[in-house]
Amino acid sequence: MRAPLLRLEGLTKAYPGVVANDDVSFDIGEGQMHALLGENGAGKSTLVKMIYGLVKPDKGQMTLRGQPFAPSQPSQARRSGVAMVFQHFSLFDALDVAENVALGMENPPPLRDLARRIRDVSEEYGLPLDPARLVGELSAGERQRVEIVRCLLQDPKLLIMDEPTSVLTPQEVDILFLTLRKLSAEGTAILYISHKLEEIRALCDEATILRGGQKVATCDPREKSARELAELMVGQVLTPPERADKPKGDVVLQVDNLSLASNNPFGTSLKNISFTLRKGEVLGIAGVAGNGQDELLLMLSGELLAPSAQVRLKGAPVGHLGPNGRRALGLVAAPEERLGHAAAPDMSLTENALLSAARRKMLTKHGFIDWRKTERFADDIIGRFDVRTPGPHVLARALSGGNLQKFVIGREIELDPDVIIVNQPTWGVDAAAAATIRQALLDLAAKGAGVLVISQDLDELLEISDRFAALNEGRLSDTRPAKGLTVEDIGLMMGGAGDMHVAHKASA
Amino acid sequence: MIRLEKRKEPSKFWRIANPFLAVVLTMLAGAVMFAMLGKDPVVAIRLIFFDPIFSETFGSYSRPQLLIKSAPLILIAVGLAIGFKANIWNIGAEGQYIMGALFGAGVALAFFPAPGWYIFPLMVAAGAFGGFLWAMIPAILKTRFNTNEILVSLLLVYVAERILAAMALGLMRNPDIAGFPGSRDLRRYDAAHNAELFANTGIHWGVVAALIAVIFAYVMMTRHMLGFHVQLAGQAPRAARFAGVVPARLVVICLGISGALAGLAGMFEVSGPGGQVRIEFATGYGFTAIIVAFLGRLNPIGIVLAGLLLGLTYIGGELGQMMLQLPGAAIQVFQGMLLFFLLALDFQTNYRLRLTRGARA
Amino acid sequence: MILGSINPAVLFAALMVAATPILLAAIGELVVEKAGVLNLGVEGMMIIGAVTGFIIAVNSGSPFLGFIGAALGGMVLSLLFALLTQALMTNQVASGLALTLFGLGLSALIGQKYVGITPPRTPKLDLGPLSDIPFLGRAVFSHDIMVYLTIALVGGVWWFLKYSRAGMILRAVGENHDAAHALGYHVKRVRVFAIMFGGACAGLGGAYLSLIRVPQWTEGMTVGAGWIALALVVFASWRPWRAMAGAYLFGGVVVLQLNLQAAGVRIPVEYLSMSPYLITIAVLVIISSGKARGSLNAPGSLNRPFHASS
Repeated sequence: MRAPLLRLEGLTKAYPGVVANDDVSFDIGEGQMHALLGENGAGKSTLVKMIYGLVKPDKGQMTLRGQPFAPSQPSQARRSGVAMVFQHFSLFDALDVAENVALGMENPPPLRDLARRIRDVSEEYGLPLDPARLVGELSAGERQRVEIVRCLLQDPKLLIMDEPTSVLTPQEVDILFLTLRKLSAEGTAILYISHKLEEIRALCDEATILRGGQKVATCDPREKSARELAELMVGQVLTPPERADKPKGDVVLQVDNLSLASNNPFGTSLKNISFTLRKGEVLGIAGVAGNGQDELLLMLSGELLAPSAQVRLKGAPVGHLGPNGRRALGLVAAPEERLGHAAAPDMSLTENALLSAARRKMLTKHGFIDWRKTERFADDIIGRFDVRTPGPHVLARALSGGNLQKFVIGREIELDPDVIIVNQPTWGVDAAAAATIRQALLDLAAKGAGVLVISQDLDELLEISDRFAALNEGRLSDTRPAKGLTVEDIGLMMGGAGDMHVAHKASA
Repeated sequence: MIRLEKRKEPSKFWRIANPFLAVVLTMLAGAVMFAMLGKDPVVAIRLIFFDPIFSETFGSYSRPQLLIKSAPLILIAVGLAIGFKANIWNIGAEGQYIMGALFGAGVALAFFPAPGWYIFPLMVAAGAFGGFLWAMIPAILKTRFNTNEILVSLLLVYVAERILAAMALGLMRNPDIAGFPGSRDLRRYDAAHNAELFANTGIHWGVVAALIAVIFAYVMMTRHMLGFHVQLAGQAPRAARFAGVVPARLVVICLGISGALAGLAGMFEVSGPGGQVRIEFATGYGFTAIIVAFLGRLNPIGIVLAGLLLGLTYIGGELGQMMLQLPGAAIQVFQGMLLFFLLALDFQTNYRLRLTRGARA
Repeated sequence: MILGSINPAVLFAALMVAATPILLAAIGELVVEKAGVLNLGVEGMMIIGAVTGFIIAVNSGSPFLGFIGAALGGMVLSLLFALLTQALMTNQVASGLALTLFGLGLSALIGQKYVGITPPRTPKLDLGPLSDIPFLGRAVFSHDIMVYLTIALVGGVWWFLKYSRAGMILRAVGENHDAAHALGYHVKRVRVFAIMFGGACAGLGGAYLSLIRVPQWTEGMTVGAGWIALALVVFASWRPWRAMAGAYLFGGVVVLQLNLQAAGVRIPVEYLSMSPYLITIAVLVIISSGKARGSLNAPGSLNRPFHASS
C-alpha cells in the first residue's frame, strides 16, 4: 500500500432534512486511482465539495500528507494541490479558452504565456485545444478538455473528476483513460466519481462506495463483479425490465429529411433528419450531450415548428402544429429538464398535471379550469406511478428528482398517447425509480404506442430499444436493430473520437 | 452564524403579513422623516392615515376623495399585475393613462356641444383604445424585434407627456378663452361628464369600472386557462412553451389589457375629477400603481386594499400640505419607502433565517 | 438655411456636454450589468446625485466637492439596492423601480429649498495652445474637466474589463455565477462593488446635469436621462467605446433639436423635444432585432438571482 496522500476521518455534513455525509472515512494513496461510487443522492458531490473547500464539514477532519487540511475556499484547496474537473457549471461561454483556464488558476501567468502553456500541456496529454476560441462554441468533449487542462497546469497532487465520461463517446472515454493513466504514473492521485461500474473496474485500483450518505465499503473494484458492485451501491437486487417480443405494427411517426435551425445561439441545428417509428416499437436515440437532442425533442413535441409535411403522425402532416395540436392527435413528450421545462418548479403537482393534460383529459370547459377534476387526475398519477409525496398540493420543486420524473412521465403516459417522445428519462434518478420508468415505457409500447427514447445512457438504450440510432452534430445515423450491437459499434455511430484520436497518435 | 436558507415552500403567513408589516414600518420611518423636517411626527402620521376618513372637520370632504383617488390606481394596478405575473413589465402605464385621456377627451371635444347618450360610451371605448394603442407599441416592438418592453414603455411616457402638452396648447385648447392653455371643461358638458353617481360618495363610472376589472381579473387568474398560462409563463417560460403558450401572443394580451385599463383610468379622470386636458393633468397614478400592484401581491383583492391605502396617502398628503406645510414630495418618498420595506420583508416569504452554531471556530 | 446658421464647432462642443451625463450613468450601469445585475434605479440614483451634488456645491462653494458628494450620494442609494437584491434576494426589476420612485421623491424633498439658486461655476479646463486649434479647439478642447474625466473613465472601464484580472472575474461572475461560485469567487461581493460603482457613476452624471449642463436644481430634472442611459447600454452591446459613441450620437440629436427650437422651426417645441426619446426607441429596435445580434452579447446571468445552494 502506498503512503496516504489524503486521509478523510469521520466527515459529516447535514442539511436541513438530510444527512448528506455521515461519518465517512477513507484514504487516497499517492498516485492512486480511487473511485467514489454511489447512486444519485448518495452524497458523492457533498463529499468532494468538502475536499475542494466549497462546503465546510460539520464534523470530522482531513489530513493531506500528514498535515491538517481544512480548506475554507477553493483557492486554498488549489494552493494545496487539489484540483477538480466539474461535471457541470464551471465554464464561461462568452470567455475564451485561455480566460477560462486563467479563472481556475491561483496565479495565472500573463494571457500570452498562458496560451503557449495551454498548447504545450494539451499536446503532451493528447487534448488538443485552441486557447483563443470562445468556450460557448466548443463541443462537450472539448469543454471537458478545458477543465482538465486548467487542472493540469497547476501540477495537482490530487485531481478530482466528477462523472467525466457522461459527456464523451466511448472512443473519447478510451483516450481520457490513457491521459488519466499517464497522470497516475507520474504520481498524481485521482479521485474518480462515477456510477458506471465497468469504467471503474477498468480504471481504478480502489473504490469507496457510498449509499445514503454512509460509506458501505472500500474495495478493489477489479476483484468484484459489476453485479456485486451494483448491489453494494443500490443495496438491493435489481431485476432487469421485462418485455414481451411482439410484432411491430404500422408506422405512427415519420420524419422526412428535416433540417431546422436551433432557437438557441449556442444550440445545434438539425440536419437532414429522417426516421420512422412503428406501433409497439421502442426507438432509442443515442448521442453525447449537445448534439441536437434538445432540438430534436422540441421539434417533435411541437415547441419548434417544422414544415408541415415533413413530420407525419399516423400519416397526417403535423409539422405546423404546436404542442397542443399534436397532443390532440396523440403525440406527447417529456423533455429532459424536469424543473422548468416538463414541470414548473413553484407550482403544485395539481397545476403541473394541468400543464400538458388540459386538452386530452378534458380538464377545462370553454377555457375554465375544473380544479377538482385536475386534482383527481394528479392523484391518479401519484397513485399509479408510486410518486412519493404527501399529496398533489405539494410544489414540484419539493419532490426528489426520481419522484418528479415518475410524475412527469406518468402524466404523459396517462394521456394514453399513440406516440411518446422522452429525453433522458432516467437522468439523475435513483435506480429503483429508473427501473419503474423503463418498465412503464416498455408497458406502453406493449400496448401499441410508439416510444422514442433519447438518452445519453447507452446501457439504458440497449436494454429497452428495439431499434437504435445516434445523433452527432445534429445529424441522425441510420437506424439499426438493437440486437447484436456492441458498445464499439454505437461509439462509431456517435461520431467516434473526432480529433482526439489523431492528437494522441501524434504525441505518442 | 446567521444563514439564509431557502424554504421548501413559500410561507403563506408572511406573504399576507408582510404588506401590513411594511405599512407599519413605513409609518415609523415616515415619522422619523417628519421629525427631521421639524414637524410633529404623531400629528403628521395621523393627518395622513387617519384624518382623511375619521376627522370631523375634513372627513366630509375627503371621504369621497378616497374612491376618486383609489379607483384609477386600482384600475391600472389590476392590469399591470397580470403582466407582472407573466414577467412582462409594462412600466409605462402613465403614458397609456395620458393617451386614454386624450382619446376620450378627443371624442368629447369632437362632439361638443351636441347632446346624446352615446357620447359617453364612445368616450369610454376611445379611452380604452387609446391606452391599448399606446401599449401596443412596446408589445409589437417586443414581439417583432425583441426590444425590451421596460425601456420602451417607460420612454413612451415622456413622449406621451409631450403630446399632452402639445394638445393642451394646440389642437384641444379651449377656443373660447384666449391665452390660457387647457381644453374645455368636460364637467360642464353634460353628455361627456363622468359625474358622481351617488352624491357625496365619490363613486363615478371609474369606480364601477375598477370593481368590474377586479372581478374579471380575479376570475381570470384563478379559474381560467389564460390566467394559468400567464402564471406559468412568468414562473417557467420553457414549461409554458411546452404547455402550448405562444409567448408573443401573451405579450400582446398582457400589454393590451394593462394598456386598455390604464387608458380607461385616464379617460374617467379627464371627464370627471380632472375635468380638462391640461399640461399638469398626469400626476403619477401610472407609477404609483406599480407600488399598488406589488403591495397587493399582484392579487386583485390585495390590489383593492393597497389601492385604497395609497389613495389615502394622496389625500393625506394634500391635507398635510395644507395643515402642516408638509412638502408634496414627502408623499412620494412615503410611497417609495413602502415598496422598499415590502421588498425587503419579502425575503422572509422565501427564505428562513437560521442561526447555526459555529461548529468550527 | 436653418442648419447653415449653426456653427458646427459650437454644435460639436454642445454635443459633448449634452452626452456627458448619460455617458457617465451608462458606463456605470454597463459595469453593473457586466457583473450580471440589472439595476433599473439609474434614474433615481442620477437625481439623488444631482441634488446632493448641487447642495454640497452651493454650500461649500466648490463644484468639485459637489461632484464628490454626488458620487457618494448615488453610491449610498445603490447600496440600498445592493442590500435588497444581493442580501435579501429581491426581484431586481422591482427593486430598481423602487429605487427610482424613491430617489425621485427624496430628491424633491431635500432639494425644495434650492430651487432657483445658481450653483458655483465649474471652470473650463485650461488646455493652453490646444484650445487655439481651429475648429478642434472650440469643439473638443474647450470643456470643463468632467468631460475629459468621463472619456478617461470610459477608457479605464474598457481596459479594466478587457485586460485586468479583476475585470475578468467580474465578467465571469456576470456570465455564469454558478461556475464562478464553484471556482471559489465571491459572487455577491463582486456584484456589490459593481453596484456601488454604478451608483457613483450615476450620481456623477446627475451632478453634471445640475451643476454644469443646466445649471440649476429643479424637481425631476433628469427627465428620463437615467432610462436613456439604460437603453444606451443595450445599444452599446455592453461595450464601453460603443456606449460613448452612442452617447455622442444621442447628444447630437439633443443639441440639434435644441438648435432647431432656437432657430424657430415651424414645428411645435413639444414635438421637437420628443425626438430624443423616439430616437432612443428607434435605436433600441435596430440593435435588438435579429440581424444586429446585439442582444446576444448580454451577460449570461443578467437579472438572474444568485443564491449559493450549498
